[in-house]
Amino acid sequence: MTNVPDDLLYTETHEWIKHEGENIRVGITDHAQSELTDVVYVELPKMDRQANAKEAIAVVESVKAATDIYAPVKGIVVEVNKALEADPGLINREPYGQGWIFVLKIDNADDLKQLKDAEAYRKQIVV
Amino acid sequence: MSEVAPKKTPLYDEHVRLGAKIVAFAGWLMPVQYNSIIEEHQTVRNNVGIFDISHMGQLIAEGAGASEFLNTMLTNNIDKLDIGTGQYTFLLNERGGIIDDLIVYRIGAEKFLLVVNAAGTEEDFAWLQKHKVGHASGLPRNRASETLALLNRSAEFGGVAIQGPRIGELFHALLGKDVEIPLRNHIADFSFDGTAVSVARTGYTGEDGIEVFFRATDAVKFWNAALEKGKPFGTKPCGLGARDTLRLEMCYPLNGSDLSPERNPIEAGLGFFVDLNKSNFMGRDALLKTKENGLREKLVSFRMKEKGPPPRPHYAVFQNGELIGQVTSGTISPSLNWGIGMAYVSSAHAKIGADIDIEIRGQKFPATIEKKPLYKK
Repeated sequence: MTNVPDDLLYTETHEWIKHEGENIRVGITDHAQSELTDVVYVELPKMDRQANAKEAIAVVESVKAATDIYAPVKGIVVEVNKALEADPGLINREPYGQGWIFVLKIDNADDLKQLKDAEAYRKQIVV
Repeated sequence: MSEVAPKKTPLYDEHVRLGAKIVAFAGWLMPVQYNSIIEEHQTVRNNVGIFDISHMGQLIAEGAGASEFLNTMLTNNIDKLDIGTGQYTFLLNERGGIIDDLIVYRIGAEKFLLVVNAAGTEEDFAWLQKHKVGHASGLPRNRASETLALLNRSAEFGGVAIQGPRIGELFHALLGKDVEIPLRNHIADFSFDGTAVSVARTGYTGEDGIEVFFRATDAVKFWNAALEKGKPFGTKPCGLGARDTLRLEMCYPLNGSDLSPERNPIEAGLGFFVDLNKSNFMGRDALLKTKENGLREKLVSFRMKEKGPPPRPHYAVFQNGELIGQVTSGTISPSLNWGIGMAYVSSAHAKIGADIDIEIRGQKFPATIEKKPLYKK
């Protein structure tokens, strides 16, 4: 079974979100990495760029396909996971840990209320 | 696309039981991977992997005139085949375009097994049938139409490819210590647990290996025996994902991606498998004309110059800012951990060693046209 940690938030497009004060850390879910198959390349967002909610700002490429990664809410990119450039497979091995993709400084914490909790995301993926 | 429900091979339940990720491919539900495409790829390069190829079509042509007929329908020269040997060849349309690429085995004096792509099975069979019966296309009439039988045995037969450097050990563990593995491109029958299986020394991975054909009712038994007996040699089931990365490292074409009815074998760089000295075969006139007029485009292999995103089908190819072609296959090679691919580019630019650029999401990434294969041991 795929892992959906209770303490994270989720999007319809399979990003997970960890709330860290005025920032959020973003990656893709265990379900998403499993569907994508082996990740071979990650195009990270540019540092300090503005991102609107649901704007594609990164790309995760597996052996089979390229997939856009979206900013879950409005914010500014303040950190990117450079380790993925050398070892994109971190996304497969540790989707919720070393496989995180970027950190956004968010505009408004209230925006997070629109995201899914673990229960709602589990329902989405068990169709 | 057709609305017909995808078909299941006789090994479908085994794939599900092994936890495979199943995808629809050429009208079949097939395992794309069991655990990891990259791991399965390495299994084949280093040990030995087993693939379900039951989706591939198996056609039989049998009877007096079979060789004569097939020589008018296929590009390679059937007369070069002794009983028990096979060759890579093409089925072309009148324009010299590729309907399918396949391996034809001579399994009797006038009996042939054609192993064709899954997506092409019905069309190939219909094409052969049409020309056997009608000879309406202007091909010379031959004796084949009366005595030759064409049979599509695909539904009753299955197959596996067992590929990798440890194939010899697994072959003997499966089929006996005292039997000899067929030579390269040879095919022979063996008895396995009370039934007969055909073993051909061929493959689509660049590794030593075999393809085994058996009755669909024997598929599960053979598959499980191969996995069980293969344990000491690191044998693992491998999916279509690894099959694709393995073939691409070798620059073996995939019909539907690198080959199509709009492309001919000469453009695809596979003229070696076309015998233009044969007096007549479907597409020959068109190919001769192509040769005379010069090729507009050629299929080339390329390697990215820098570590970066994987090249993929349909990406545009440039040289000095000029659009010169399009990628047909691309990936990050698991063996090289580097971007590789194949592309059709205008002939004037198709030089080994030439610098090109692949456009990926609006940005140009440098690459070099290289000799095939892109991966060598």
